[in-house]
Amino acid sequence: MSDPTNPTTPTPALDIEQVRTELASARGRHYWRSLDELASRPGFDALMAREFPRQAPGLLEAVDRRQFMQLMGASLALAGLSACTRQPAETIMPYVKAPEDIIPGRPLYFATAMPIGGIGTGLLVESHMGRPTKIEGNPDHPSSLGATDAFAQASVLGLYDPDRSQVISSAGEIRPWNAFTAALDQALAAQGSSGGAGLRILTDNITSPTLAGQLAALLTKYPNSHWHQWDPIARDSARLGSRMALGVDADVRYRFVDADVVLALDADFLGSGPAQVRNLRDFSVRRKPGGSMNRLYAVESSPTVTGARADHRMAMKAGDVQAFAWALAGQLGVAPQKPKNLSPEYTKWITALAKDLAAHRGRSIIVPGDHQSPEVHALAHALNIALGNVGKTVICTEPVATQPVYSMASLKELVDAMAAGQVEVLLMLGTNPVATAPADLQFAERLAKVGFRAHLGLYDDETAQLCHWHIPEAHYLESWGDVRSEDGTISIIQPLIAPLYDGKTMLEVVAAANGRPQSGYDLVRAFWGDKRKAAGDFDRWWRTTLHDGLIPDTALAPKPVGLRSNWIDAVIRMHDDTKDAGVGLELVYRLDSGVLDGRFANNGWLQEAPRPITKLTWDNAALISPATAKRLELKNEDVVELTHSGRTLEVPVWIVPGNADDSITLALGYGRKRAGRVGDGVGVDANLIRTSAAAWIASGVTLEKTRRTYPLATTQEHHSMEGRHLVREATLAEYTHEPAFAREMVEEPAKDMTMYPPHPYEGAAWGMTIDLASCIGCNACVIACNAENNIPVVGKEQVAAGREMQWIRIDRYFEGAETNPTIVHQPVPCMQCENAPCEVVCPVNATVHSSEGLNDMVYNRCVGTKYCSNNCPYKVRRFNFFKYQDWTTESLKLARNPDVTVRSYGVMEKCTYCVQRISQARIVARREDRDVRDGEVVTACSQACPAGSIVFGDLNDPESRVAKQKADARNYSLLGDLNTRPRTTYLASVRNPNPELES
Amino acid sequence: MPQVFHRSTNTIARVSIFGALFVVGVAGYGLNLINRSSYVTQANVAIEQPVPFSHRHHAGELGIDCRYCHTSVEIGANAGVPPTQTCMNCHRQIWLDSPTLEPVRASYRTDVSIPWIKVHDLPDFVYFNHSIHVAKGVGCETCHGRIDQMNLTWQQNSLQMEWCLDCHRNPERYVRPKSEVFTMGWQPVGDQLEIGRELVKANDVHPKTDCDTCHR
Repeated sequence: MSDPTNPTTPTPALDIEQVRTELASARGRHYWRSLDELASRPGFDALMAREFPRQAPGLLEAVDRRQFMQLMGASLALAGLSACTRQPAETIMPYVKAPEDIIPGRPLYFATAMPIGGIGTGLLVESHMGRPTKIEGNPDHPSSLGATDAFAQASVLGLYDPDRSQVISSAGEIRPWNAFTAALDQALAAQGSSGGAGLRILTDNITSPTLAGQLAALLTKYPNSHWHQWDPIARDSARLGSRMALGVDADVRYRFVDADVVLALDADFLGSGPAQVRNLRDFSVRRKPGGSMNRLYAVESSPTVTGARADHRMAMKAGDVQAFAWALAGQLGVAPQKPKNLSPEYTKWITALAKDLAAHRGRSIIVPGDHQSPEVHALAHALNIALGNVGKTVICTEPVATQPVYSMASLKELVDAMAAGQVEVLLMLGTNPVATAPADLQFAERLAKVGFRAHLGLYDDETAQLCHWHIPEAHYLESWGDVRSEDGTISIIQPLIAPLYDGKTMLEVVAAANGRPQSGYDLVRAFWGDKRKAAGDFDRWWRTTLHDGLIPDTALAPKPVGLRSNWIDAVIRMHDDTKDAGVGLELVYRLDSGVLDGRFANNGWLQEAPRPITKLTWDNAALISPATAKRLELKNEDVVELTHSGRTLEVPVWIVPGNADDSITLALGYGRKRAGRVGDGVGVDANLIRTSAAAWIASGVTLEKTRRTYPLATTQEHHSMEGRHLVREATLAEYTHEPAFAREMVEEPAKDMTMYPPHPYEGAAWGMTIDLASCIGCNACVIACNAENNIPVVGKEQVAAGREMQWIRIDRYFEGAETNPTIVHQPVPCMQCENAPCEVVCPVNATVHSSEGLNDMVYNRCVGTKYCSNNCPYKVRRFNFFKYQDWTTESLKLARNPDVTVRSYGVMEKCTYCVQRISQARIVARREDRDVRDGEVVTACSQACPAGSIVFGDLNDPESRVAKQKADARNYSLLGDLNTRPRTTYLASVRNPNPELES
Repeated sequence: MPQVFHRSTNTIARVSIFGALFVVGVAGYGLNLINRSSYVTQANVAIEQPVPFSHRHHAGELGIDCRYCHTSVEIGANAGVPPTQTCMNCHRQIWLDSPTLEPVRASYRTDVSIPWIKVHDLPDFVYFNHSIHVAKGVGCETCHGRIDQMNLTWQQNSLQMEWCLDCHRNPERYVRPKSEVFTMGWQPVGDQLEIGRELVKANDVHPKTDCDTCHR
C-alpha cells in the first residue's frame, strides 16, 4: 500500500528567475517565508489552499459506506455504554514516615546546575513528590539570571529517557559495581610498576573543583599516565587565538549591556556557546528602541539567530571571514593593510563599520566565532585591545577549565598513542569519541588495540559498544558534584532524585580508580569541608550554598592582558593567503541547535523543535544558497554526494536564503547509530567526512548530484500567513519619527463593531506581549512549553503532515533580496482572542470564554470536530490525530506535570496561558483575601525566555508590566483587522542600521 | 383495488411510533437515573479498607481534629492522607496487640505504605483544591457529610459536576463562618441564606464557574 501521507510527490523545480522577478517587482516591505511561496509555484498554492496542509489524506485505508455505517453504529453504541462505566478503584499510598516539607500537590524547588561541556548553568528545578518535572533558570546565578536555553529545558526529558543505559555491562553481561571496581583495580595494579605509562583517561572539558582534585590525585599516583580531554564543543580556536595574541590562556567574556556597537565575525553568540543565555539577556537589554539601542553587525556564512537579529548582515564564505578580519584590522590600523580587490559595496560596508567601531571606543565588542580560525580570534583580541574594549566590554579572565587544552590535539595524541600500542588502560568518562571524533582519526579502529577499555556514559552508545566495560552514568539531576559557569562561579550540583538506574558519576568512577570508591555526596562534601575548614560552621555554609545554588564571589576576576610584542608575526606566519581565496565549495560544520554534537540526539523535544532558520525537524541537511542551488541545478531534498579528502557523504540539500554562495553548512550530531529509539539513524553523520585538520571549515569540497531525493520534514510552509502585515518592522529613524508606525499599517475596526455581547472582565484580564525587537527565535520557549504542558512528540512523518503539537510555533519571515534577506522571528501561541472565532463554532461548548479572558479548552468535552481549528485565523490549535502521548513507558510518566491533563487522541489542544499557574497563584492570593500581584503568574515561555521578550500579566492592573508594554507605541495586534482583539499582542521590531549604509 | 393493509395497521403504526418515542424517553430517563445512581457515582457506598479505620471513633468519639491527620487541608490541593507514623503516634501506646491494627504496624515495620482505597476519586481532568474551599468557609461536612458518624467512610455526595456547580453558583446556601469549618453538625442560627449572603460578602467569596477553574 502506498503511503498517501508521504509528502514526497514530485513538485516542479524552483524557478529562481521567477523568484528574482517577483522580488524586483515587490514594493515596500514584503515578507516571505519560503522560496516556494515567493515563486508561487502551483503546488504551493494548492498546499496553502487546504486547511491543515497535507492533512486530509490521513485516513490510510478507504472506508466504504457500509463499513462506515457499521463503524458509526458501533461507536455510537459504545459511546452510550461508556457513559455507564465507573472509575476503577484507585489507591492512596501515603508515606510511612513523611519527609519534612513535602506537601502532596505542592512542588518544591531546588537549586542545581546543568553542565554542558563542563560549563554549568544555574538552575531551579521543580520537583513534584521527588520527581523533577520542570527546569527553570536560577535568578541569582550569573549565567542564567532566571532564564534558560532549550537544552536545559529539554534535559528533564533526558533524565527519564527510557533508552538510557541501565546496567553495568561487560562483554554483554550484566555485572555488579564491585565487579567493575575489582577489574579496574586489577588493570591498574598492572600499571603500578610503570607509573601508569599505559593508563589514559579521556574526559570532556572539566571545571569541577572536586573532580579536578580526584584527577590530580590519580595523576600523582600514576605519574606517567595521561589525561586527555576531548570535547566536541570545545572552543579550540579561542584557546589558540588567545595564546597567539596574548601569549597566555585566557577566557573571554562579553558585557553586552555596555556595548553600543557589536560585530559578530561568524559568531553565533546569542544562539550557541556556554554563555548564550547570559549574552542574550544582556544583549536584549540594549535592544529596546530608544536612545541607547545597540547596533549589531554580522558577517557569516549561513544565517544564524545572531545574524538574523543583526542590523547589518553580510553573507560570506566562512573561509573569507579571516580576510574580512584582516581588512578591518587594516582599516583600523591594527594590522598592515593587505591590498585586495574588494567590491565597492564590501569596501563601503567595512569602512562604515570601522568608522562606527572607532567612534565607540571602549563601548564596542568584536566577537569571533567559535569555529573560525585561531587567527580570527587573535585579530579580534588585537582589535578589541586597540579599540579600548578590553577591561570594559570585553573581559579576559583565567580559563574556567581546570586544565585548558587544545582539545583536538589532545584527542590526536591519544589516538596516536593508541595506534602505537602504548595505551593499555583507557577510561572514557562522559564522552562518546567513537561518534564525535573526525573520521581521519579512525578512533574506533585504533581503540581496538587498547587492552582494557571502560566507558562511562548516559547511553549504551557507539563507544560503549566497543568497550570491555560500560557503566551507566548518572544524569546531572541524579548527581552530586560541582561545576563552574562560564564566568567561573561555582555551583554545587545537587540531585533532585536518586539515580533511576544506579548510575555513577564521573567523580565516583575516578574515585574508584583512586582506590577509594565513595559516594558523590561524600566526595563533594569532603572536598568542600576541607576547603572551608578555616571558615568554620561548615554545615550552615553547605546548606546556604545548596539553597542558593552558587558559591558567592567565585567568579573569576578580570585579568589584565596585553598583546604579545610579536603577535602579528605569529598571525601572519599562520595566515595562508590561498585559504581565503574562496576557490570552489567550502563545507562548514556547525553544532546543531537541537542535538548539539549528538548528545541530545535521543531527545524528542529537541529533535522536533524546528531549527530557527531552516525550520527543519528530525534531520540535518546541506544548507546552500539559492544561487549555488541554481548553478548546481539543485532543489530542496535532492540528495548530493559531498567529497572531501577522499571521503564521501550523501546528504539532502536545503536551500537557505541568505546563505553565502559556494558555502555548504552541515550540522554535526546526526546519523547516530546507537543513540536510542528516537535518535538512531536520524540525519547523516557529518563526522564521516570531517577531518581533524579541517574540523570546522573544509575548503575544496566537491559536490555531486545524485538522482535521488530524501524527504525532509519542515514546518516552514505550514500555516503560511500570505503576505499580510504580520511582522511589522521599522528602522530606529523611522521609529523615532513615528513611534506608532506598526499600528498605522493596518486599520482596526472599532471595539463595538461586533455582534457578540461584551465581556465585563471584572477580576483579572490576562494578557501577553511579545517583543519582536529582542526575540531571536531560539526555541527556549517552545521547549519550556513542551515540558510545562505535557506536549507529546509526534515524529518526522507526522511533522511532515503538518501535525506537530508544539503550542508555540515560531514563524520565520524573510524580507528583501534572497541573497541577503532580513530575517525576523515571530513566536505565535494562542492569541486568546476576546472575540474568539473558535468559541462560537464549537458544537459541544468545548472551547469557551473565561471570565478572565482566556479561551478555555475543555478536553473532556471535546469530541474532535476540529471546527475551532478551521475557524482560527492564527492556526494555533493542535489536534491529537493519534495517541501521540506515550501512555505505557513508566519512566516517561514520571516526567509529566501533574497539574496538566495528559491528552489522548481525538482531542484539540492549544496554549492555555499556563492556566495551571494562574489557578495556583489565584488560589494562593484568594486564600490571603487579596488580588494576584503582578509577577506572581509567569507563563513557562515567559519564564524561560532569555531575551525577556515575553511579558505576561493582568491588563486590568494599570501598574502591571504587561499593561505598560501594551501602552507602548509599538504594540500591535496580529491580524487586528479581523476584530478578533487578541490578548497576545506584539511589540513591532525595530532595527538600528547605520545611516551611512542606508541608501 | 383492495387495500393492501388492513385498517388496524394504522393503529399499529401509531402505537409503534409513539411507543418507540416512549421507549426512547423511558430509556433516556433510565440512563439518567443510572448515571446519577450510587452504582455509577459510588455515593453512599462504604468502602472496605485494608484497616477498618473508623472516623466515627477517632473524629467523633475521641474528638480528634480533622487537621491532626489531614495536615495539608489548609495549604494544599490535597487534604493529605496521614503517614503511618501518624497512626503510630498513638498506636505505639494503645491497642498494641490489636490484630486489626497489624497492617499499620507491618507498614511501620517494613516501610511499605498502607494501600488505602480512594473514597473520593475525581476524574484525572478535574483539579480540586481543598485549601481555597476551607479558607472561604466551606465546611468539611458540607462535602463529606457527617464523617464523625461514619464507621467505614463513604462518599456522601455524587461529586458530579452539577453538584460542584450548585455551590459555585449559590455559595450562600452552603458557606459557614470560618471558625466552624471543621465543626461537625453545625447549624446556622437563623436563616442560612441570610447568614450565607453576609458571609459571602465578608469573606470575599466569589467562586468561579469558568471551565478553567477545575479543568486544565
